[in-house]
Formats: sequence, C-alpha cells, structure tokens
Amino acid sequence: MALLEAKGITKRFGGLVAVCKVDFALEKGQIAGLIGPNGAGKTTFFNVITGIYQPEEGSLNLDGKSLLGLKPEQIASRGIKRTFQNIRLFANLTAVENVLVGMHTNLKENLISILLKTPKVRHEEEAALQRAFELLTYVGLKGKENELAKNLPYGAQRKLEIARALASHPKVLLLDEPAAGMNPKETVGMKDFIRRIRDDLGLSILLIEHDIHLVMGISDTVTVLDYGVNIASGSPDQVRKDPKVIEAYLGPGAAEHDERGA
Amino acid sequence: MDKFKSMLTKPWMSYLVALLAMGGAALTVSVVPRSLFAFLFFIGSVLLVYYLPLSTKAKLFFVLIGTLVLMPIIGSFNLYYMNVATQVGIYVALALGLNIVVGFAGLLDLGYVAFYATGAYIYAIFASDQAGNFIHFAKFPLAGEWFWVFLPLSLLAAGITGILLGLPALRLRGDYLAIVTLGFGEIIRIIFNNLDKPVNITNGPKGITPIQPPALFGFTLNKPIYYYFIVMGIVFFVIFVTRRLEHSRIGRAWAAIREDEVAARAMGIPLLRTKLMAFAIGASFAGMMGVVFAAKQTFIDPSSFTFMESIGVLAMVILGGMGSIPGAIVGATAVVMLQSQVLKSFSEFLAQLRDSGILNIPTQLEPAKFERLVFGLILVVMMIFRPQGLIPAKRREMELLEEKADRPAKGEES
Repeated sequence: MALLEAKGITKRFGGLVAVCKVDFALEKGQIAGLIGPNGAGKTTFFNVITGIYQPEEGSLNLDGKSLLGLKPEQIASRGIKRTFQNIRLFANLTAVENVLVGMHTNLKENLISILLKTPKVRHEEEAALQRAFELLTYVGLKGKENELAKNLPYGAQRKLEIARALASHPKVLLLDEPAAGMNPKETVGMKDFIRRIRDDLGLSILLIEHDIHLVMGISDTVTVLDYGVNIASGSPDQVRKDPKVIEAYLGPGAAEHDERGA
Repeated sequence: MDKFKSMLTKPWMSYLVALLAMGGAALTVSVVPRSLFAFLFFIGSVLLVYYLPLSTKAKLFFVLIGTLVLMPIIGSFNLYYMNVATQVGIYVALALGLNIVVGFAGLLDLGYVAFYATGAYIYAIFASDQAGNFIHFAKFPLAGEWFWVFLPLSLLAAGITGILLGLPALRLRGDYLAIVTLGFGEIIRIIFNNLDKPVNITNGPKGITPIQPPALFGFTLNKPIYYYFIVMGIVFFVIFVTRRLEHSRIGRAWAAIREDEVAARAMGIPLLRTKLMAFAIGASFAGMMGVVFAAKQTFIDPSSFTFMESIGVLAMVILGGMGSIPGAIVGATAVVMLQSQVLKSFSEFLAQLRDSGILNIPTQLEPAKFERLVFGLILVVMMIFRPQGLIPAKRREMELLEEKADRPAKGEES
C-alpha cells in the first residue's frame, strides 16, 4: 500500500473543474514529480492534499487513514508538511525561530507548564533549539541562525522554508516549485539537495516543478496533469515517451532535448 | 547608546551609572514637589537600567528598588507622584495585555476596554449593595477581604468573556475583526448601561457607588500607597507572564499567525485556538486591573469604558512599539503623562500668566481643551517618523552552548 494515496480526486470552483478524477500514489522513500502546463491544477491538487481545499469527490489516505475533512493544521500534524510556490516564511522572525515554529506539533509545552517553566519545558526547549541549529547547519544556513528570514537571500529563503518543513520529522514533504526563480546552477544545487534530504531522512517527497530537467532527473514516478486531468503517470522514461504528454506539454522534440539534458 | 555601552567596560561602572541615575532621579523627585520632568527623569533612570549591560538579576534588583522602595517613600510625602505612578501602572498592565493581542498575535482589537469593564463591574456589583437587588441569601456589600478572591475571579471571568467574544469574532481577519471587536466593545458598555431593568444589576448610567476598598485581616487598604503596591504587584505579574510566553511555543505560534496565517496552519498551528488564547490572556489582564480600578475609584459607571479608552490603550501599544514589552511600558507611561499631565500643567501655566496679567488668552483656547488634538498630532508625527514605535520589538538572539554548536548535524556525514 502506498504511503500517500489519492483516488478519483475532483475539485471544482463553480463551473470550472480544476482537478478531475486524479489518481496518485506516493510510495515510502520515493520522489514523485507532478508536472503540467500553467493552470493545469497542480497547486490545486497540492492544496487538496494539504487540506486547504476539500475535494468534491475522491478519497485521500495517508498510511491507510483518510485525510478528508481534516483542517490544514490537522493534516500538518499527521505528518504532511509543505513549502509554498511563492515563499511564505515568517518574515520578521529569525531563521531559528522559523524552524522552531516548524516543530510546533512536536512540542508538548502548554500554558501552565510554560508559566511554571517546568524542567520538562526547559529540556524540551533546549532540545528543540539544538535540533533547529542542527537542521540549519544541515541545509547550509550555519551562521545565519539569528538573521531575520526576510533579510536572507532568495536561495537561503528556499532552504529555510524546507528546513522549517523538515523540523517536525514529517512523513511526506510537498515541495511547490522549489527551484522557481533559480538560475541553472542553483537549480542543479536544489536537485542534489532534494535527493540528499530524501536519502538522509528517508522522506517521501511530492514535487511540483516547471523545470523538466529537475523533475525528470530526480523523480521515481512522474504524474502529468493537463486541464486538471491526469494524462499520464509512470517512470520518467515512460512519461517522456508518452505521445499525449509530448503533445500536451513538452512539445515535439522535447524527448531528445531532455535526454541530452539529463 | 551603543557607544555609551562600550564605555562601560567593567561591571562596577554599570552599577555606578545605575546607582547615580536612580539616586539622582529619586533626589530630584523628592526635592521638586510637582514636576512632570522630575517624574520622567525617574522613569528614564529605570529605563536606563534596562539598557545597561548588567545581568538580569541586577537589573531586576534595581527596578524593584526603584519601584517598590524609592517610589513609595517619595510618594508617602508627595501624593502627586504616587497618584501619577499608580495611574501609569494601571495603563502599563492594560497596554501589556493588549500588546499580546495586537503586538504578538497581530489581531486588531478595538474593544479591549470591554474586558476592563467586565472586571470592574464584577467587583463593583458584589462589593457594593448592588448585588442585594438580585441575590437574597447573602449580605452585600461583601467584606473588603473578598477583593483578593475577585482578582483571580475577574481574571477568569474576563478570560472567558474574551473566549466568548473571540469565538465568533476571530473567524474574521484584519479590518473585519477590528470592526467586530469595536462593536462588541460598545455592546458590553451598552449592556452595563441598560442592565438596571428589569432587575437592577448594574444601576445603569447612574453607576455603582460606594465600592468597598480592599482589606487584609480586617485592615482596610484605602490609602493611595496600598493601591500603588497592588497595582505594581499586578504589573509585575503581567510582565512575568508576558515574558514567559513570548519566547515559548505559544508565543512563537502567535508570531507565526501574525506573520502568515496560511504558513502557520501548514506548520500545524490551530488558528482559532491559538488566537483565542491570545485574546483570553490579554482580556484577563484587563479584567484583573478592572477590579483594582473599581476599588480605587469607589465609583464606576459606563462612561469610564468608552471606545476612546480602547483607542487610548491601543495608542500606547503602537506608540511604544508593537510586540515589545518595554515598548508597551514606555508607551503607556508616555500616553498617560501626555493625556493627564503635560497639557494640564501647560494650561495651569497659562492660567497663571493670565492671572498675573502678562498674557491674555481666552479660555476657549486653553491647551487642555486641545488635548485630543495635540495627542492626535503626536501620533501622526510618530507614525511618519518612527512607525516602529519608541522601543521597537527585537527578536531575541538564540545561541547554543559552544560544544553543542560545533557538533555536526546527524545527516551531514552521509
């Protein structure tokens, strides 16, 4: 059984069908790519998984348990964390604080124990801080711990957003265009980085990305959406050769181009 | 400031500066009988101690000496300063409470005074013969000792009121939330204004009086100095709670919601519950201070709890610096001084000039009549030139112990 499984997901906005009967599965420890032209419903599908939208039809399970009807914060505490297409950090908090907020669901402190500053709270806070520093070092932000998030350079903000999502040991990480706005060199760096976090942490990752090299290069499976419909899914090689995909999205000749690139 | 700090190379120098400043201020205040500047000097010296490179314990020591020893001594032979200090203390607690809601959690609350009113009325009703109108099995007013019971009771009651008002209101954001809280603030005041029939609970616009002063072991505490100590006790309690919360899981959740609600939810922060907590904690501070207010005034009526009062407290928070604890304290001090003291003493000064025939200003142009105008102008100027407030909120720098920081992250070797 797949770790994250969506069946027949349909989401409508008024008369517009943004996502139509999409099936999707993410196995443990795999990287799944989600591609499609602009407006294909990728982000909508993301928002359905993370509980921002409720689908009209279909089923959505994590570890065999349904996620339907849950609020975004409940889905987050079940172990699905995400990043955003247009970075959404807590701009006026420091990098460390951003990561500490990411641990919210793991910490057990409550109002009373905080006011009494029990030894348990103190240890928990120390351990959390320790882990936050480790995580920042891991993603390459050592020395930037006390910078305000808004003052970090763009690439560092992307990494901080991922560190924040990783802070609570999620089962599934959803990355919404992690390489958006990056130059080719940075994109390669991001590709290695995503593969590294998967290998190190045994994470399952769902990835939306426009950069075909990136998606094809690291994904175990690729799902292609077009006008909200799942037109193909399979290994990168299968998808690349799928005539429907070539027609709808990649365009003629893209397959050859891509082989060179990868 | 930093340059000055770097001059204080040795700890004893800091101690000396602190001693000199506070000693000098105390001396000035005790020599000059009714001077605002002397009082400001005193507050300033306490603020200076806050900025000195001293340990937290040493700072706390100086502040406690200043507020709990020096001020009461000065105040015992000069009531003017004691009253100003008490007034400032009341608003410091209110500003710190609203600071949690507006500054920490970013929820614009324009009806904050409703919780102050709730606390005040709860005590007033039971500490006067008002409660006798609808409760017949006990004798009212309750004895002054009950004051101490009503402090935590009103804390809870105002907190619960905060949750009840927050439940519908906090589903809204930004401007909409502001409008709804404004509405609730007015509704609470109007309820107190009209709850004299069919059963006379609040005595309506006539207000409630006399209200029992607090007592301890049969000893009535109705002198200004006792109120001063009660107010200071609450202020220190409020500062303690606020500081503990600010850098905790809850405080970070508030900041996250303030910065970005969508991202906060994606991090697993329950929106409504976290906002309600901010609302309730902020409200409970106001409720507690309401009890002191009622006891101190011995008379309350709905006109003490108007919309302008909410705006005044909000101005303190914004003027001081949103989300900043020292900011809220300084903001409250500044606004209280400005509203009740600076312009009044300027008016008195002009009146003296008129009486002695030096200057003839018609009474319509008395500065005290332009209080709101001047206050508004100061706010406008502040927002243009220093929108972050007098003492802007700063994020705390966090460090690990050296050997811990140098240990590599787990996944790094692989």
